[in-house]
This record gives sequence, C-alpha cells and structure tokens, in this order.
Amino acid sequence: MRIALFITCVNDIAYPATGIAVTRILRRLGHTVDFPTGQTCCGQLHANTGYRTEAMPMVHNYVDVFDTYDAIVAPSGSCTAMIRDQYPRLHPPAASVAARTYELSELLVDVLGVTDVGAEFAETVTYHPTCHGLRMLRLGDRPLNLLRQVRGIRLVELGDAEECCGFGGTFALKNPAVSGAMLADKCARVRETGARVLAAADNSCLAHVGGGLDRHRSGVRAMHYAEILAATGATS
Amino acid sequence: MNRPAVDRSGTGGAVAPATGGGRIRTPLPFPTMAARAVADTQLRANLHRATRTIRAKRARVVDEVPDWQALRDAGAAIKADVQRRLPELLEQFEASATAAGATVHWARDAAEACRIVVELTRAAGAEEVVKVKSMATQEIELNEALEAAGIAAYETDLAELIVQLGEDTPSHILVPAIHYNRAQIREIFQRRMPDAPADLGDEPSALAEAARAHLRRRFLSARVAVSGANFAIADTGTLVVVESEGNGRMCLTLPETLISVVGVEKLLPTFTDLEVFLQLLPRSSTGERMNPYTSMWTGVTPDDGPQDVHVVLVDNGRSAVLADPVGRPALSCIRCSACLNVCPVYERAGGHAYGSVYPGPIGAILSPQLTGVADNASLPYASTLCGACYDACPVKINIPEILVHLRQQAPHPVAEKATMRVLAWVMRSPRRWAAVLRLARVGAGPLGAYRERRSGARTLRRLPWPASAWTRSRDLPLPAPQTFREWWEKQ
Repeated sequence: MRIALFITCVNDIAYPATGIAVTRILRRLGHTVDFPTGQTCCGQLHANTGYRTEAMPMVHNYVDVFDTYDAIVAPSGSCTAMIRDQYPRLHPPAASVAARTYELSELLVDVLGVTDVGAEFAETVTYHPTCHGLRMLRLGDRPLNLLRQVRGIRLVELGDAEECCGFGGTFALKNPAVSGAMLADKCARVRETGARVLAAADNSCLAHVGGGLDRHRSGVRAMHYAEILAATGATS
Repeated sequence: MNRPAVDRSGTGGAVAPATGGGRIRTPLPFPTMAARAVADTQLRANLHRATRTIRAKRARVVDEVPDWQALRDAGAAIKADVQRRLPELLEQFEASATAAGATVHWARDAAEACRIVVELTRAAGAEEVVKVKSMATQEIELNEALEAAGIAAYETDLAELIVQLGEDTPSHILVPAIHYNRAQIREIFQRRMPDAPADLGDEPSALAEAARAHLRRRFLSARVAVSGANFAIADTGTLVVVESEGNGRMCLTLPETLISVVGVEKLLPTFTDLEVFLQLLPRSSTGERMNPYTSMWTGVTPDDGPQDVHVVLVDNGRSAVLADPVGRPALSCIRCSACLNVCPVYERAGGHAYGSVYPGPIGAILSPQLTGVADNASLPYASTLCGACYDACPVKINIPEILVHLRQQAPHPVAEKATMRVLAWVMRSPRRWAAVLRLARVGAGPLGAYRERRSGARTLRRLPWPASAWTRSRDLPLPAPQTFREWWEKQ
C-alpha cells in the first residue's frame, strides 16, 4: 500500500516533531511512507473564514499531489475533516482522494488494523478530543484505544472533555474574549486531572490550550498524541 | 391582502425577496457585546449553571428514545418538504382555517404584521391584550407597536413577565430570563410588581405564586389575547401551542378575540405530522418527555373559547431565506433552544450579545439570513464551528455548514482580505510555500533561540495589536528550528 503523509501547514512550520512521529510509527509497523513535497495547505483557514475562492487552488493542488496514493494520513482531525467533509462539495472530482484521506488513528485502527503500535511512555496523560475529530470524523475511541496500549502510560479522564477549547481558527482572533473564557475553563479542567501531559489530535488546538497552560506556568506539556505513540521510552 | 407573501418560483423571482425588520439586528458587533458579557461574572455564573442543568436533562431524555435518530430524520424530511411546497401549503392552510371560521391575514414584514394586530385589537375595542410567549411577536417588536398605539400588552409566561417587568429583552428562546438568578428575579418583582407580597422570598415556588396571583386578574379581564404558534397544520387549519405553565391555555380560551402571529415556516402538511414534532420538541427544549400543556384550535368553535379568531402569517425575510438552497434549512427550526444550551459560545456570551431575538447558533444563521448578511456580518463568525449544535438539533440543521456558507457572503475587513490573499498566493504554489517556510524558519531562528534560552520555550508572551488578540490569553509558538520538510530532505 502506498501511504503518503500530508503534514499540514501548521505542523510543517511549527510542529515538525509530529510529522517525524507519524513517520516513525508507520516505519516501525513495516510500512513505507512517502512525503510528496508539492503539498501546501488544505485551505481550511481560507474556506472557513469566508475566502472559499482563494482556497480553491489549494484544493486542486491537494488533489494533484495526492491522487495517486492508496492512503493519505494527516496528523490533524481538523484538516482531515476539511478534506473529507468539504472537498467533495467544493470540487466533486476530489471525492475519491478525500475518501482515501485518514486521520492518524483511522489509518492505524481501520486501515492497518493495529491498536498496539509498540510505544512506551511513562507519564500521566489526559486526552482532549478536538471537535472536528470528535463530531465530523467521529473518531470515537480510536485515539484513546491506541493510547491505552502504550506501555507505562497513566491515562486520566478529562472533565467536560467534549467541550470545545475555544480555538476555532480565526475565532480566537475575532472573538478573543469568548475564546479566552473558553480557554480558561479548558485549562482548569486539564489542571484538575493532575496530568503532566495534555494530548490531542490537533496541534492548532494544542497551540491554543498549551499556550494558555504555559501562560499560567501550569507545568503541563501539550503534545500531539502521535508523539506519544512514537515514543519508545528511550528519550521521553 | 389575501395572497401569499411567499414567492412562488422558489428562486427569488425577478425581484429579490425583501429582508426582514424588527429585533433581528445586532446594534453592535458580536465580539464587542460578547466581551461585555464575558466580563460580567454574575451573568457567566447564571448562564453556566442554567445551560448545564438543561443540557443534562435533555441528554437524559434523548438517550432513552431508541429511535431518536430516525425521529430527527423524519423531522428534517417533513420540514424540507414544507420548504419545497410552501406557497401551496400556505394557501391550503388559509382555505382550511377560513372554512373553520378564522380570518387569515398576510404580512410582508414586521411593520405590516404589527399594523394588522393593532387594527384588530382596536376593532375589538380593547386597550390591553394578554400574551402567550411567542418568538414571532418578539421578532416583530409587537409590544412596542401596541404601546405606541396606546394598547398595553401583558406577557403571561413567567420568564417573559420577568423580562417585561425588568424592562429588559429576552436572552434565550425558551428561557427568556435565563440571565437572571432567583435573587435578581425577587428584586425585579419587588421593584416592579405592585401586588407582590412585602415578604417575598426567592424560592422558585414563592416567585411563581406571586406571578400567578399577579396574572390571574389579567386573564380574567382581558378581551383580546395575542399568541404565536409552534405549528400550523395545512390540511386542517389547526394552530398548535406547546407550553409548560398553563398561562397559554388561559389566554387561548378565556378572551373573546384571539390573534395569532405565525411565521410562514411554521406550516406542517398534515395533522399526523405532529406525531414526530411533539416527540422531538419537549425532549429537546425543556428536557421533558412531554410538555404539560398542548393547545390546539381550529378556527372558531361555537360557544366555546374565542369567537373572533385571526391568524397573521408573517414573511419578514423568510422568503429570502427560502431562496437560498444552502441556507434554507434554517427555516426548519422549531425554536427548541437545544443548540443554545449546548453551545460553548452562547454559554459565555449570553443571548443579548447576539443582538437579535434569535440568539445562539440558530440565531447566528437565521438573523443574518433574515436581514441580509451585510446587516449582521459579525454573527456568522460567532462560532468555533465545534459542531455541538448540529448534533443536538432535533431537525438536523447543519448549522456549521450554513455558518461557513454565510461567511462567504460577509463583507471582509480590508487588512484581513489582503493578508488572506497574500497567504493564498503563497500556498497555492508549492515552490513559494517551501520558500516562505524556510524564510520564516530562518527569520524566527535567532528570536526562537533567544526565547528558548530565556524561558525554556520557543514562544512569545506579548505582541502588539492585532497579534495581541492571541497573546493576551496564551503564548504564541515560534517556527521550529527546522521545518518538517527540511527534516525529511536531510534523512
């Protein structure tokens, strides 16, 4: 099977460790991963802010770059949801490649049929199910089932886990007061767990919640769950 | 005036359908209003407690219905059918209701609807009306119009009464006084209700009893009642009001004249369609299996109840909504408020921030469509697109999809437009994107290294406007020492 990594623009520039983690997990499981360098951005920022026309060349570029692969994996629930939910409506010929685009946990659990990826991570971790993964992709228990198989991990439940963190893309900038109020509540719930690591499937949401946790020097580290699945205990 | 306000072509026809008037416009942009609400700690505490209580109740009674998803599908399908043949169903309703003894009036907009109700009240020789809780009359600002005509309008729903006595506006579709706690309600009653007991306590039962005594005289003396309707049945001409307190039943049965203001989207084709909606509505709104009072009336019943029955069918922008195939499902709304109660933005901002009688997620898609998006441009952005509203909606309105659709029509700030265009120009070219990634990484390199030495993290803590919108609540990550594609190429 030809698997391609769609890194997403935010991860490429600010969170390369997440992409490296996805690559390592898949190679450890015996798969070859390709990274087509012609990729840019899925266009979600533009489309969801009201610039659909400007987003269209990015949609076309995604189809051109990824159409030949059997499976495309993106370490982002939100970008995957943009492709799977919006692409077929924006550009009907994109439906086929959109259906072959998976969030990491979908690829591992549904396509490759694994839940134990051979990871070890000795930390107390709480997991926030980000909205688009939760309600658009319906990831369900997939990420948590993967995390439960990690050796040494102590998973603790997050209160009000399914409530949005308040990021919402440009919402955080257009409605800073409401976004900040939602963030404060999410950070409080995270700190109540006593976890040392907050994991999620979206680095954009984690930049927001992690940025709030750092601001208050909470000592909680925000981490994409792929990085936990890639860990083997040696370096973590 | 006896002709449908709804355009028959379904496409808007030669002339674009008119936009609506009344209380459906934000006086100030949502972010400004919401920031004030967020700063009000009492308001946030009241909303937090109330929305979470109703949310939990709704979840309990929805979870116990095995065919809930099938009911939602049925509700959505019936409403979609109504929207496809609205002009025909409206004429059928008019014929059925007229045959049963009601008089049907057609109102193009809020002003015309108010004028009709004022004229009918005057013709009945009344100087006051009692009111059943109704979103349509709040939308068209009927109380204000009646007052201007020298007619007193008395709200009889407990929460509407609180809001009216407090000279406030509703902040929730189902629970208009959700922004008050009981101590605040006692204070309003003591200040504004002349017959409130001197030793009034703030227990819910004491507050309800004071309101009950206060309202009883109004029910017995009123000659005209004004209501809305939850449903209007085309094949029988029946109107339906669903309520909890029994005040509605009093208003609908005691006065001689009954005037009902009904949005044209409230139609259902047949009486049996109620079977679906009377299951969906109470569980979604109050979190009850069944609401205490369901009143239905079909024109005039001789010697029983009001003998002079009027129905005012209001368009007020709804034809414009109908003309947009993507935005149209907003007309399926049954005003249950489930989307408000699950919305994390509504919970922090409160209803007044939306500036319209329709707050929360449904308001964010309905108000801009009724007025035209340019008049309510901040509302489609009053959401994180988290999708909780779509999951809760009993008629499956895809609110996030419509929000994104309306954002395409909203006027964009000049600086934002320029930034977005430059970014899109970069991102549509793999070569330019790779170059910009490298440039950002190199440019931010020294700053990132400095911040890492100083604070142990490659983040910024304080930036000038407009980036301050981010850094006032959270640190901002800087580009990593190497981009992913650089790592990929090196390995």
